[in-house]
Amino acid sequence: MIDIYDELVKADIRHITVRHEQGAVHAADGYARASGRVGVCLVTSGPGATNTVSGIASAYMDSIPLVVLTGQVPTEMIGNDAFQEVDIVGITRPCTKHNYLVKNVEDLGRILKEAFYIARSGRPGPVLVDLPKDVVRASTGYRSMKNVQLRSYNPTYKPNFRQLPKAVKLIKEAKRPVIFAGGGVILSKASEELRYLAKKIETPVTATLMGLGAFPASDPLWLGMIGMHGTYRANMSSAECDLLVAIGVRFDDRVTGKVETFAPKARIVHIDIDPTSIRKNIPVSVPIVGDCKITLQKLNTLLEREEFGDLKEERRTWLDQIEEWKATKPLKYTQKDVIKPQYVVEKLCEITGGEAIITTEVGQNQMWAAQYYHFDRPNRFITSGGLGCMGFGFPAAIGAQVACPDRLVVDVAGDGSIQMNIQEMATAMQYRLPVKIVVLNNSYLGMVRQWQELFYNRCYAHTEMSEAPDFVKLAEAYGAVGLRATRPEEVEPVLRKGLSTPDLVIMDFLVERQECVYPMVPAGAPITEMLLV
Amino acid sequence: MEKKQGRRHILSMLVDNQPGVLSRVAGFFSSRGFNIDSLCVSETADPLVSRITLVAVGDMTILEQIKKQLNKLINVIKVMDFTDKEYVQRETALVKVRAKPEHRAEILRMVDIFRSMVVDVGSEYYTVEITGDEGKITAFLSLLKPMGVKEIARTGVVALAREKK
Repeated sequence: MIDIYDELVKADIRHITVRHEQGAVHAADGYARASGRVGVCLVTSGPGATNTVSGIASAYMDSIPLVVLTGQVPTEMIGNDAFQEVDIVGITRPCTKHNYLVKNVEDLGRILKEAFYIARSGRPGPVLVDLPKDVVRASTGYRSMKNVQLRSYNPTYKPNFRQLPKAVKLIKEAKRPVIFAGGGVILSKASEELRYLAKKIETPVTATLMGLGAFPASDPLWLGMIGMHGTYRANMSSAECDLLVAIGVRFDDRVTGKVETFAPKARIVHIDIDPTSIRKNIPVSVPIVGDCKITLQKLNTLLEREEFGDLKEERRTWLDQIEEWKATKPLKYTQKDVIKPQYVVEKLCEITGGEAIITTEVGQNQMWAAQYYHFDRPNRFITSGGLGCMGFGFPAAIGAQVACPDRLVVDVAGDGSIQMNIQEMATAMQYRLPVKIVVLNNSYLGMVRQWQELFYNRCYAHTEMSEAPDFVKLAEAYGAVGLRATRPEEVEPVLRKGLSTPDLVIMDFLVERQECVYPMVPAGAPITEMLLV
Repeated sequence: MEKKQGRRHILSMLVDNQPGVLSRVAGFFSSRGFNIDSLCVSETADPLVSRITLVAVGDMTILEQIKKQLNKLINVIKVMDFTDKEYVQRETALVKVRAKPEHRAEILRMVDIFRSMVVDVGSEYYTVEITGDEGKITAFLSLLKPMGVKEIARTGVVALAREKK
C-alpha cells in the first residue's frame, strides 16, 4: 500500500486516515449513503483486509455502492502463507457484488473502471479489488476507457411493457391499497415519482427501515415504518389491504414477520431491479423487474391516461380506518422524572427541524431513531439495516459529514454500540468533522435485554454494561466536547448546546434503563400480533 | 446417507473462463445446503468461455432461486435448466475391475454388450471405459460389482439441448 500512498500525495484525492479498518469501510458506506456516490476505502493486506469484512457485508445487505481496495502480498508469494497474507477475495466472495484479484498491472485500469461500474449500476453493492504489491509497484501507460462492456452483466432498468398495464389494472380495482417502499426507492432516487404515485392514486405509504425518507413523514398519507417495530397502523394496514404496491423492497423477515400470514388479503405488485428479490420470500401477482425510478415514471404516465373517480371519496372508509388505528394505538411513552430515550429523539427531531442527517448504531437506539425522528427527504437516515452491524453509526456519520460538510450530522447511539468504534473520535478530531453523538445511555445492551425481559424469563445474562467509560471525560480526552443530561428538563438545553457547538460533541443522556421498544412483534409471529405499551 | 428430496436437475451454464468462477458457482449451492451430485467444467469453442454442467437434486423453489442468483453473478453468461427440456446427456466412467481368469470371458462379453472398451490390461485388473447416460453406467457398474471393482472414476454428466428436428 505504501506504493499507492507514495503516489496519492501527488493526486487530487481527499484521503481520511481512520483508526481502524472497520471505521474506514463504514465511513465509506456513510459517505455513499449520504451522497448517493460510490464510497471508497483503501486498506492494507491481511488483518487490514479482514477488518473490512463486517462493513462489506453490511453494505452488501443494504445494496450500498463501495469500492474496497485491499493490499496483497506479491503475486509470486500468494498461497505461501506469507506475512500478512490472507485470501480476501475468497473470504469476501459471498458478501461482495463482485471482487477481483489483479494479477497484471495491464489489467488494473480496466478492473478499476469495471469495479466502479459494477458497484453503482443495477442493484448497487460493494466491489473489492485485491492489489498485490508487485502489481501496484509496476508501471504502465494509462489508457482511458469510455464505456464498460460486460457481456454477462446487463441490469434490467426498463420494465417489461406487458407488466405495467397489469399493475394499472390492479391499482384501478383496489379498494384498500397500500404502497410499501424500501431502500431501492432511495438508491434509484425515485422519491419524487413515489410521491406523485401516492397522490395520484390517493394511497397511504409505509416504508421499511431502509426506505425511511423515501416518502415524507409529514405527509398525511404516511403510515410510519412497517415491521417488527413498525407502527400499529402500518402493520395493520398491510394485513387489511387488498393491494400492496411493493417498490424496491426484498421482504425481509423483520418486515414480514411470519411470511405465510403477511398481507393475506392483498394482491401484490412488486417492483425491483433485482429479479432474485422477486418471489424470494413472498408470492406476488405482478412482478416487475426494473429500476424503481424508470418504472414509476412509466407507471405514472400510464396512470395519467386513466380515468379515476373521486378517489378521496372512494378511499374514505379505508383512510378513516387507518386514522382510527393511528388515534387508538399511536407510538407513545410516558416520561416522569427519568429521561425517556424516545423523548431525546423527539426533541432532537424538533430542534433540528427534521433536517439533520441521522446515523444510528444498532439496537434500541436504531429503532427509536426510526420511530421518533421524522424524515421528509431521502439520504437523511443512515443505518445498517440488513446486517445490523453494531459500531456502524459513528464512522458512518464521519463519512456522511465528509460528503455533506455543511449539514448537521448526528449519530444516535447506545452506550454499547458506541464503544465498538469509539476510536474514530481521533479521526473526527484530526479532520475537524463536527459530528454530534447522542448516547442513549441505559448501561445495557438494551435490545438484547429487552428480548431477555420479554422472551427469556427476565434472565439478564451478560447484557449489563454499567462498567463503562465516563463519556464526558472520554470526549474531553479526545479534545472533543462532552455534555451530560440526567433529568428530563436537562435534555433540551444539552441538545441545544451540543448541536450548536461547532466541534465533535458527545451528549450522554442517562435514560430509563428498563425502557423497551414498542410496538414489538415477536420473531416469527404475524406482524399484526404486536406487543404494545 | 441423507434422503434427498425433490427432483434431479441438470444445469448447464456458460461462464467466463477465469479463476474463482467455479468457486462462486459452487458457493451458491453449498451455502444453501445443496449437494452437487456431479460437476463437469471445460472450455467451449470460445476459449474465453467455459461450460459448467452440474447435477443437483432439490426443491424446485430453492433451485429457481439459485438459478436467478447464478444469473446475477458477474461471470455467469447464461444458465440453462434441462429439467423439462429435450436434451442429450452422456457420462464416461473408467472402471478397474478384478479380472480373475474364470471371469475374464464374462467381463469381455459385458464390455461387448455395453459397447464399452478395455483400455488397460494388468495381471490382475482390467480397466474398462464406458460412455452412456447415467442409467447405462449404473447398470454396467452393478453387473461388474460381484467380480470386484477396485476403483471408479466418473466424469459427471455433460449435456446439450437437442436441436429442432
